[in-house]
Amino acid sequence: MKITTAAVLHVAKLARLELDDAEVVSLARDLTEIIEYIDELSTVPTEGVPPTAHITVEQLPTRDDEVSIGLDHDTVFAEAPRENEGGFAVPSFVDEG
Amino acid sequence: MPEYEPVIGLEVHAQLLTRSKLFCPCSTEFGKSPNSNVCPVCLGLPGSLPVLNAKALRLAVRAATALGCTIQSRSIFARKNYFYPDLPKGYQISQYEEPFSTRGKLDIRVDGVERTAGITRVHMEEDAGKNVHGVGGDSSVDLNRAGVPLIEIVGDPDLRSSAEAAAYLKTLRDLLIFIGVNDGNLEEGSFRCDANVSIRPKGSEELGTRTELKNINSFRFVQRAIDVEIARQGAILDAGGKIDQQTRSYDPDTNKTATLRSKEDAHDYRYFPEPDLPPLVIDDDLVRSERAKIAKLPQELRAEYVAELGLSEQAAVTLTQHPEYVRFFDEARQLFPEPVKIANWVLTEVLRDTHVRGLSAEFPVSPEQVAELVRLVSGGEISGKQAKVVFSLIQGTSKSPGAVVEERGMRVVSDEGELEALCSGIVRANEKQAAMYRAGKTGLLGYFVGQAMKKTGGSANPKLVNQIFQRILGGSEPA
Repeated sequence: MKITTAAVLHVAKLARLELDDAEVVSLARDLTEIIEYIDELSTVPTEGVPPTAHITVEQLPTRDDEVSIGLDHDTVFAEAPRENEGGFAVPSFVDEG
Repeated sequence: MPEYEPVIGLEVHAQLLTRSKLFCPCSTEFGKSPNSNVCPVCLGLPGSLPVLNAKALRLAVRAATALGCTIQSRSIFARKNYFYPDLPKGYQISQYEEPFSTRGKLDIRVDGVERTAGITRVHMEEDAGKNVHGVGGDSSVDLNRAGVPLIEIVGDPDLRSSAEAAAYLKTLRDLLIFIGVNDGNLEEGSFRCDANVSIRPKGSEELGTRTELKNINSFRFVQRAIDVEIARQGAILDAGGKIDQQTRSYDPDTNKTATLRSKEDAHDYRYFPEPDLPPLVIDDDLVRSERAKIAKLPQELRAEYVAELGLSEQAAVTLTQHPEYVRFFDEARQLFPEPVKIANWVLTEVLRDTHVRGLSAEFPVSPEQVAELVRLVSGGEISGKQAKVVFSLIQGTSKSPGAVVEERGMRVVSDEGELEALCSGIVRANEKQAAMYRAGKTGLLGYFVGQAMKKTGGSANPKLVNQIFQRILGGSEPA
């Protein structure tokens, strides 16, 4: 399966990545190789085998509905670039819901 | 111009009433200072892992069961990927291809007509954070809500008018409150709605292009927003135009909808199974125990109240609006088995001063007090008018109505000798009226009875007083 430069640009946009023309070309080539490599799996007969998303644990563990105190303010904001009245300050954006 | 038929499907997000978040033990309490209920999991810090809240799971199963959904014994959580400042992980944990429940229904009633709307699915997901627009160029993000447990209830496009959409929402909200899953608080965002709206020529079976109205957070606005959108689409089609698939918002100030994003900008969420959460297995025991908690739904109770207790439809509807109303009414009617009379008192007097907040309700009196009051009236010990006075005296106290009646000497005077003396006195004091009565103006009987009631502060037995006056005044029988 060939990854086109258009596909690279689409994924880059979704991932909020800015790429120059040379990067787009080389990424398209690299991604095509990776996908082709993984594509070898499609030679394995999997008819009648349900898709497997997890192999480690059979069943989801749960916890009781108990509250514990989270992180204190200084820890929460230790790595935040900017703070605004207790909130993480970010460039203004439209809430699309 | 062809006549159009609207096709509406609603997506409702309802917060599950847990103390802690869906995947971490942070508190879900509303109104805390920004970012005070956060931890490495809901902040999306590297290395943290989600663990499902068992209570959230039970409440979600209860809601889906109440909606008649099939519970899937195995389902999976999925990552819904998008970048947004209020979504710290860069994805929301939701369910996509394999939700925990599918295919249910909700019976609604519009203008006395019953209709059934299909439910496509109910799935669990975590809420995002909240963004507060600051002054200047900044927004401020509060992650207290991030990770709060939600169910999304996806409705089929079965609704055919804004009134049906409003009825669907109201019924769904009442049901979720009733089964103790959600507090129905639109202002605090614990019950939110998106509406998918399209129109098509009447009689057509084909669906038109739909637009999605986002986050209409008030019952008042939902109907208006949908009507405005139906009219907008109709005008476009009438002018020979085409509807663009869009996400739109409704502005109550201008009463208009506006584009948020078009199909080209639609999110590409790249859902995939959440690798941090193994498949969710729901066993029969859990489903059975949740089903047992919703033995009776509001609709079933309503039907019972009408058929077995003889209440009016309207009375039954009001009494089943809140689980606490039901508890109050049921307790009172068990203490004094005159359900219609009890219901009348609850509906006219008690609920007027009842304050509901979420799942709890604060009543001005107790079921015991109401039962006793109704018993006193039924037994003819006090009049209906006196009962209202007694009610106002026991409100907010633990006094028994009987004690108040004693204290105030309010018992109905049914002693014939006593009343006869009273009535004779009144007749003597009103010679003129008495003469007119005897001359045939029998309508004056009411005047005499009124005098007697006034003199006794309403405590005279009105039936007896009537009879006594007729006898004393004699002459012609009243017409």
